[in-house]
Amino acid sequence: MSRQFDVIGSRAPRKDAPNKSTGKAQYIEDITFPGELAGALLQSPHAHAKILDIDTSKALALPGVVAVLTAKDVPEVKYGVSPARYDENLFAMDRVRYVGDEIAAVAAVDLPTALKAVELIQVEYEPLPVLLTVEEATANDAPWIHEEYPDNICAQVEQEFGDVEAAFAQCDLIQEGSFFSKRQDGAFIEPNQCVALMGHDGVLTLHSSTQVPHYVQRTVAMVTGLGMSQVRVVKPYVGGGFGPKASATPIDLAASFLAIRTGRPVRMAYTREQVFLFSRARHGFTHHMKIGAKKDGTLMALDHQATLDGGAYSSFGIATVYYAGSLLGGPYKLPNMRYAGRRVFTNKPACGAQRGHGGVIARALFEQQLDIIAEKLGMDPIELRLKNMMETGDVTCNDLAMSSLGMKECIEAVKSGSGWGEKKGKLPPGKGIGMACGFFVSGAGYPIYRSETYHCTIMIKADEDGGGITVYTASAEIGQGSDTTMAMIAAEAVGIPLEQVRVKSGDTDFGIDLGAYSSRTTLMTGHATKEAGDNLKAMVLETLAGELGIQAARLDIKNGLIKISGGPVDFSAIRTGYIKEHRGWQDQPQSQELTFREAARLAYLRRGTLVATGKYKPPVLGGKYKGATVGTSPAYGCSAQVAEVNVDFETGQIIVERVTDAHDCGQAVNLTSVEAQMQGSVSMGLGEALFEEVKFDAQGRIINASLGEYHIPTVMDMPEVRCIVVESGEPNGPFGAKEVGEGAIMPTIPAILNAVRNATGLVLEETPLTPERVYQALKKQKGA
Amino acid sequence: MSKLAISLTVNGVQRQALVEPNQTLTSLLRDELNLTGTKHGCGVGDCGCCTVILDGETVNSCLVLAVQAQGREVMTIEGLAQGIRLHPLQQAFVDHGAIQCGFCTPGMILSAKALLDRTPQPTRAEITKGLSGNLCRCTGYEKIVEAVQDAAGKMERG
Repeated sequence: MSRQFDVIGSRAPRKDAPNKSTGKAQYIEDITFPGELAGALLQSPHAHAKILDIDTSKALALPGVVAVLTAKDVPEVKYGVSPARYDENLFAMDRVRYVGDEIAAVAAVDLPTALKAVELIQVEYEPLPVLLTVEEATANDAPWIHEEYPDNICAQVEQEFGDVEAAFAQCDLIQEGSFFSKRQDGAFIEPNQCVALMGHDGVLTLHSSTQVPHYVQRTVAMVTGLGMSQVRVVKPYVGGGFGPKASATPIDLAASFLAIRTGRPVRMAYTREQVFLFSRARHGFTHHMKIGAKKDGTLMALDHQATLDGGAYSSFGIATVYYAGSLLGGPYKLPNMRYAGRRVFTNKPACGAQRGHGGVIARALFEQQLDIIAEKLGMDPIELRLKNMMETGDVTCNDLAMSSLGMKECIEAVKSGSGWGEKKGKLPPGKGIGMACGFFVSGAGYPIYRSETYHCTIMIKADEDGGGITVYTASAEIGQGSDTTMAMIAAEAVGIPLEQVRVKSGDTDFGIDLGAYSSRTTLMTGHATKEAGDNLKAMVLETLAGELGIQAARLDIKNGLIKISGGPVDFSAIRTGYIKEHRGWQDQPQSQELTFREAARLAYLRRGTLVATGKYKPPVLGGKYKGATVGTSPAYGCSAQVAEVNVDFETGQIIVERVTDAHDCGQAVNLTSVEAQMQGSVSMGLGEALFEEVKFDAQGRIINASLGEYHIPTVMDMPEVRCIVVESGEPNGPFGAKEVGEGAIMPTIPAILNAVRNATGLVLEETPLTPERVYQALKKQKGA
Repeated sequence: MSKLAISLTVNGVQRQALVEPNQTLTSLLRDELNLTGTKHGCGVGDCGCCTVILDGETVNSCLVLAVQAQGREVMTIEGLAQGIRLHPLQQAFVDHGAIQCGFCTPGMILSAKALLDRTPQPTRAEITKGLSGNLCRCTGYEKIVEAVQDAAGKMERG
């Protein structure tokens, strides 16, 4: 099916892995600058209060304090993620809206002094009613958390595709269900941190552990008033992101202002508790769905309502509430779909984007309902899914084009890989097996701000000596492996071994890249990298062809060697020249064929340093309806999973014993990295299904803001995850590749839900499936 | 607070340092000895990314005071490779794709090292128990377990 590759599709070790294995890889906290000051934030202890007065005099008087900033000291510029919902000020103007809202920042000679100064800032508050739930926030008499947003509605969506009521009238079965999920935390292991430096050249350099150097650059420039050319953002190695690191943080901005004010490097870091307070992670979702089907299993219509508990600010929330609806348009043929979604402000930390942005819980309920429909119609759940599955070339009712869709192959793969036929309906009491499907965008079709900008630009420079190339990209390696992916794509495009490619990334000086979110990097940055590689190769070959006096079309590069078709050509002059230049060296070229090294050296000698560029932005995509920009993508990755569980009827504890996971990534660039994303996705989904819940007290304070009390999966919680990689060959992807980082989480929660239902008969409507929740449901079932 | 002079062995080398009485071993290693391979994650013993080996046992170095290391032997991630040659565990982590963001990796590898020192041929259950104090959010652990199994086999064969 797919063409033969030399580098793509291999299991090449990651380029960054050796340095990460020895501790040589540098993260933000490992990089220090002379004369650093330590910054610290004053954050609100109240979930909702007016600020009557702020007195910083005692803090400023503390020896060692260099600067104290409050709202008075910085421009009154609102920022956020989506320009349509810029609703944040760096420091609270006159009101705090959640426990953790930023009020002031201090820079001091060391962290203990900065923290002491924060304690000395006196703030007079007038407490306001605290709205912690959607119900409280939408009550008739609830105060508005933002004056600009009546009734605490941050965003509202109403969409209908097809004619849902007419379709329901033709249905033999109407199935209804609801689901409630809890707020989740990203729980990346490296807390956010940054260092800002203001140079005498007027350039502010911000080193930050971010997923999105470009958006951080824009936000810092907009809020500080510096020009884009005066702000450089550099991302060192980053210890995970998963979405919550996909926007500028208050510490990015506060450190920038403090560096501008003091002229000294300012470091600011979140503690783990502050990571929870900043949040920007998975929303709490409430979904209700009504699904209509014919008795042969044909799905006809979906009527869907969702409410998102958004926290105090918008962050990514508009996109989240759209995704929560739009991602049910596929992968099943569903001709009629109606969606009403709303995101509500509450006095809690703002939620944002997290792996599987907006779609995870909607997918969980939908897939759970599909299993119930299958049972009511006397069908196997897999049979029902295959009957309704889209195929390559299909377009959803909301205009998402499935340019490649290996969904059926994924389902068949997990069916046979898990031994479904031998297990389904034949397991002993307490054991259950369940499956689910899901899909996700392979890059957002539009940037976060309205623009015709390229989504990524690439420069590839050949070494002047010809020995290799360097890819310069502003994309963000955050652990997912994008540096290695780009190196492999460049190697394949140019026709040289992977060892001859270096990658420099994560620096806004290298160009534009929108960053690591919406599973965009492999497809989008990959496209730009391939284009730059193709261009570099053409430059080398054109020069060589001129030198040899032949058509460039007769030349190719493969595995670092020049391939000449159409009969022998004498290249001895080039080789002799190269050898003369390297007299005394031990690695003179001796191959029968001319090497890339010799050809690239020649090209440098003839035309100067070789720099090739590449760029990518998606074509105009999707429908014309309001909200059509969210969910459109040049391609969609898709997954099927089978989960096998054991439920303890005495304690309610669920153990996931095995997961069989198939994902269609179009074409694996690096097979090991694809599996690694699949396994990581299952782990995050399993945590969300079984344990993870950010909990609050009645005053809106998080009561489990630590990795000891907020339980993410340990190695002992993880079952064996068997990965099957499906390659459908994506026409819109570089070398056929598309996403794996987020689509792979989609089926995990519903596969577990369906397995638990298979084991117990319980239709559980609330995650996480803690032993207590399951035990109570079992007790109720027994009583009934 | 007046500083205290301590002496300890780090990666086989005798080191002296002046430390605050409340300074952690993580801070001694990172801030005084510039051994930044030991990561500073949560600071309260939850995540395990500051794991080092103290007299043969893994500890969360954020929960150990620097003064408690007086006269003792510490191994950090910097002590594993021989020059540019990776330790078999490091090589196995690289080969198996057991490293993504890499922030948990130094602690994870040191937990694996202590495990293999105690139990050269561990079962899967022994491996998961041995690594259970090290959180990883990226990998789902499967490739880490495979890497430890592979390294155990290679180290046994020498």
